[in-house]
Amino acid sequence: MNIKKTSLYGTATAITCALALSACGGSGGGSAAGGTYDKDATVNIGSLYEPQNLDNTAGGGQGVTEALNGNVYEGLFKLTDDGEVEPLLAQEHTVSEDGLTYTFTLRDGVTFHSGKKLTSEDVKYSLEKVLADDSQSARKSSLDVVKDIATPDARTLEVTLSKRSISFVYNLSYVWVINSEAKNLKTSEDGTGPFTLKKWTRGSALSLDRFPGYWGDAAASRQVVFHYYKDATALNNALLTDAVDVVTSEQSPDALGQFTSNAKYKVNDGDSTTKLLLAFNDKAKPFTDVKVRQAVSAAIDDKKLLESVWDGYGKEIGSMVPPTDPWYEDLTKTDTHDPARAKKLLKEAGYADGFSFTLDTPNYDPHPTAATFIKSELAKVGVTVKINTITPDEWYTKVYQNHDFTATLQEHVNDRDLVWYGNPDFYWGYDNPQVTRWVEQAEAAATEAEQTELLKKVNRKTAEDAASEWLYLYPQIVVANTKVSGYPLNGLNSQFFAYDIKKKS
Amino acid sequence: MARYLLRRFVFLLVSLALASVVLFALLRLLPGDPANALTSVGASPEQIAAARHSIGSDQPLPEQFTHWLGQLVSGDLGTSFVSTLPVGPEVASRLDLTIPLTLAAFVLAVLIAVPAGFVAAYKRHTWYGALLSGVSQLGIAVPVFWLGMILVAVFALNAGWLPAGGFPPDGWAVPGEAVRSLVLPVVTIALVMSASLIRYVRSATLDVLGSDYLRTARALGSSFGQAMWRHGLRNASVPVVSVLGIELASTLLGAVVVESVFALPGLGSMLVTGIAQHDYPVVQGVLFVSTLAVLLIGFAADLVQRVIDPRLRDRLSGGTR
Repeated sequence: MNIKKTSLYGTATAITCALALSACGGSGGGSAAGGTYDKDATVNIGSLYEPQNLDNTAGGGQGVTEALNGNVYEGLFKLTDDGEVEPLLAQEHTVSEDGLTYTFTLRDGVTFHSGKKLTSEDVKYSLEKVLADDSQSARKSSLDVVKDIATPDARTLEVTLSKRSISFVYNLSYVWVINSEAKNLKTSEDGTGPFTLKKWTRGSALSLDRFPGYWGDAAASRQVVFHYYKDATALNNALLTDAVDVVTSEQSPDALGQFTSNAKYKVNDGDSTTKLLLAFNDKAKPFTDVKVRQAVSAAIDDKKLLESVWDGYGKEIGSMVPPTDPWYEDLTKTDTHDPARAKKLLKEAGYADGFSFTLDTPNYDPHPTAATFIKSELAKVGVTVKINTITPDEWYTKVYQNHDFTATLQEHVNDRDLVWYGNPDFYWGYDNPQVTRWVEQAEAAATEAEQTELLKKVNRKTAEDAASEWLYLYPQIVVANTKVSGYPLNGLNSQFFAYDIKKKS
Repeated sequence: MARYLLRRFVFLLVSLALASVVLFALLRLLPGDPANALTSVGASPEQIAAARHSIGSDQPLPEQFTHWLGQLVSGDLGTSFVSTLPVGPEVASRLDLTIPLTLAAFVLAVLIAVPAGFVAAYKRHTWYGALLSGVSQLGIAVPVFWLGMILVAVFALNAGWLPAGGFPPDGWAVPGEAVRSLVLPVVTIALVMSASLIRYVRSATLDVLGSDYLRTARALGSSFGQAMWRHGLRNASVPVVSVLGIELASTLLGAVVVESVFALPGLGSMLVTGIAQHDYPVVQGVLFVSTLAVLLIGFAADLVQRVIDPRLRDRLSGGTR
């Protein structure tokens, strides 16, 4: 989960609060650019997310993932746009019978940007860097199962786990392989990716040059430059004046009209993993009662809310699982809009005359809009909502840390974050021992099929229980000039693979 | 004069010291914990405590303050909590943009406001004098971000003459591009700033025009131009200079809105990001540097006034010159 903070001007800068599981996007398509393209082109990318620094274990934030993951740094594995795990720097790997020992064989002929040859020592160093005490990596807690790392030879890495972890390989796709001798990683880099860092001008731009010694297919364009904006309007203006060719993630649906009506631009509607939640405190009355939660869910017309916020973009969801997760099932039917049923459920729960509760609402878009909408929807079934507007900091302390709330709104950014319903200590307080067991068993599963089956059960159970009210799935909107193609469409978890982007000459 | 300079300098140091105390104290009164920004969700209390320790926010406030003061004295603005990079070099690189932006806007505003203000006063009974006066009145009411957006829409989006925003990543290494990208922001700030300056210049000129000494000078045979040049200009510029000092100082940080509209990596945008992230060293660093700038500008404005107006010298320094 990412909790987004906003600056004084309403631009979202994410703080590094990413929870366990999440995925990077594969390279998708973008529009099909026929004809020739310019191999020496500079592709200008516009983004709202500037890195804090360039080290993803030292609080680089969402921006560093966007700019560097897959472009400058690579992991042993990568995740495709569909959420599939594929080998990258690992050529192959084997798992012992008991599921505790993983043996990786590294790809041959890989060199770092500094010219040093990749060895298993570097991978060991990189993994230890994520696990270090002062590491701020979002992967740290999920990789805690690593007990021992051995390097029998320069191309072999052997990792022993303390217990089975089916997500281990998936989690490795988030571990950047870094030269063990590299210095100043907060402002420079030494990775193995198709681009090298040319220059980072803080507050302004970050430019990447094609790495001539790359082991795989060379990057399509000679240079890509990420330009950073604090203001969405300024970013859109940059696209309109050709200062940038593509915008990684459009956050203001109101502005899309000027691009959809112009043949020079293509508006791509991809799948995100960001869900907007009305999270009940399942340990606070009256939301301890399943029927009350179901009633509130049934009373809110999610579709209408999505329409009003995103104007036709985005998707309805019936649970925490976005379509790109392997255990996705369409459960929107368990959460249909039915005010009559809501009233009936309230009556059964002993709230025939309704009740009132306080909704802690983060003070930045889209939460205030959603809160007002929910208030009017619930008024129709006799439930009174008191909207309490809070800052991201207050949210973190009051809701997340102290669990001092009845209900709240929050966007949950990451993929594969269904598993948090298995943690009874998580802020929303959903406590179902059966679900907890399923989540644990899923992680200890021997096969992915088994894991998927168990998490589907979790998915169905939490949806039936209305553990939270999942309002909608955000769209992932990439707007680009039709001159460029090959950019990622889904950009799961702020990924933006730039190596396939081509620009027409 | 030397005594005055010394006294003024001591005053400057005392102001700076007081400002640093206020700065430090006010920031600590803000709700929220910077350690939150440094730990991932699900961090254990130990991890949060470790984060606090690493940035020193677990120390008693007086200790934190003396630590910061010690750094300042040795010319170090500290290290950002969030980026863990030193603040000083970043402030310096932001000033590369903010200083030229502010100065250019200031000069342009003066070039517009002084003649316009004079004409508005001297020709106040003509239609164009009244028009100038009215337009400047209207200009004061125009929000700077709105003007910026209009200029972008007209000159960047429609005409395509100038970039809509941004600053070349290579900065002043490509002077042409850098200058082009600053044209609209400079014009935006200058127009808004000159609107209020025109009012001051106009009223200062009106005072002078109605003064006895000007009439006497004319009676003694000076032409209007000579009288204005010898007596009027000096007298009129004294209040204007102090307003100019204030305007210049407020533009330094006031450019924050313009920086946002035009996506410029200036000091203002650094401050806004710092505040949003509870990044105390960044906020303190930016505010300290700008406080210093404001005090220096005030100092300079005082000196200029004394040069222009001998009466100030006599009164304030007890007659010593």
